[in-house]
Amino acid sequence: MRIIRIISVLTLFIAIATFNVNGQCKAFAKKDCLPQLHPYTHDGNYHAAVLVEGEEAELYKTFYSDMEYRVAVVGEGKLPNVEFKILDENKNVIYSNKDNNYAKTWDFKLENSKQLKMVVKVNSTSKPGDVPVSGCVAIMFGFKIKK
Amino acid sequence: MNRKYRIGTGIIAVIVLFIVLLSGCRSGSGEKTQKDEPITEPKDNTEAMQDVKQAKEIFNSLPSPLESAMLIKSAGARFDKKFLNPVDNTKNYTTNASQALNLGIYTCDLSFASLYDQTQLIIDYMNAAKKMADGLGILDAINQSTIDRLEENINNTEVIMDIVSETFLNSNSYLKDNDQPAIATIVLVGGWVEGLYIATQLVDLNEFNGNKLVGRIIDQKLSIGVLLSLLESNKEHPAIGALTLQMTGLKAVFDKIKIDAKPITTEIDKTTDVTILRSEVTTDMSLATFKELTGIVAGIRNSFIK
Repeated sequence: MRIIRIISVLTLFIAIATFNVNGQCKAFAKKDCLPQLHPYTHDGNYHAAVLVEGEEAELYKTFYSDMEYRVAVVGEGKLPNVEFKILDENKNVIYSNKDNNYAKTWDFKLENSKQLKMVVKVNSTSKPGDVPVSGCVAIMFGFKIKK
Repeated sequence: MNRKYRIGTGIIAVIVLFIVLLSGCRSGSGEKTQKDEPITEPKDNTEAMQDVKQAKEIFNSLPSPLESAMLIKSAGARFDKKFLNPVDNTKNYTTNASQALNLGIYTCDLSFASLYDQTQLIIDYMNAAKKMADGLGILDAINQSTIDRLEENINNTEVIMDIVSETFLNSNSYLKDNDQPAIATIVLVGGWVEGLYIATQLVDLNEFNGNKLVGRIIDQKLSIGVLLSLLESNKEHPAIGALTLQMTGLKAVFDKIKIDAKPITTEIDKTTDVTILRSEVTTDMSLATFKELTGIVAGIRNSFIK
């Protein structure tokens, strides 16, 4: 009976943890990433994922010449620095926040509309044998009409 | 008593374990493409740029309905109610796919009305979007307090845009977090097509050359690859096949538009700290191609709202 009890509790714990991960990411994105966009208007799209140290995410988006944009990339506090790079269609790096003290936001505007690629990477700081840290990383875009 | 307890606890454990396993099986599909999914045939820039070997998640981001409406407004287009999907049509949408498409469509129409200060239409279209969200079971994306807040700020465009953005964020994050990324994709497709439909309808053919709105329509060619990738990563949903066919037809017309771009150079505006991405781009779309595009977009959009 005790074994069944333990299994039940463990299973319930795993279930709750599984269902909470996505919800936590959403709550984190709204609480910690969304405010970084101010005074730009958030476009309404939601991109967030749980990443482990050393893992990368990629994002593809078209940016338009009439707009000014702010991109915000924020990782949960327990994560090491989150690096993000913006690349053009020839994979040339246009911007890297690593050169800007791992800034969480970048403001830009375009002379002509372009599709750009974004690469987001959680730096790895753990030593061999350590359990790698994981956490939510949110990517959000704000815009305003170009002056 | 003990035996009853044991059986009860055991059943609960099995049920919960089943839910966990089911949840595990369903996760990973959707807007984000998992690393171990099969790599499909390259499509345009999007795939040429993709470096699948390292990325754990790949996000394909389409312009949101709010951004699409903003692009139309910034191109100096006029407002015309006749191009919106009438709110009376809400009663026609009973399937998940039609509700999702029209959630995107009504959100785009709502954004369009908001940017042109169409106060009554803003309320009407928020209610239409609410009906679609409710039909999809999206809890509290748009609730009574949203409508009240909208009414209280009906003359404040900035606050209204924030409310529209927030409701769209609530909807798409709910869908993605509840293992319905295909529905979230369909919402985005509906919104994108509606923006393209309104834009193509608003072009004055007498002022075709050098028309800013035509420029924004040409720019949508850049997003068609992203859109097809998004559909590809959700192809298991029964409604996605038909959408993919329609969008492949649309891509064939976009393929007739030429876009030549030179590499980007950057410059920082020291006063605002905004980086300017400069690059020379030349585009070419004939009037015949524009008319073909207008026709195919209208056909697709009308199939969505019928």
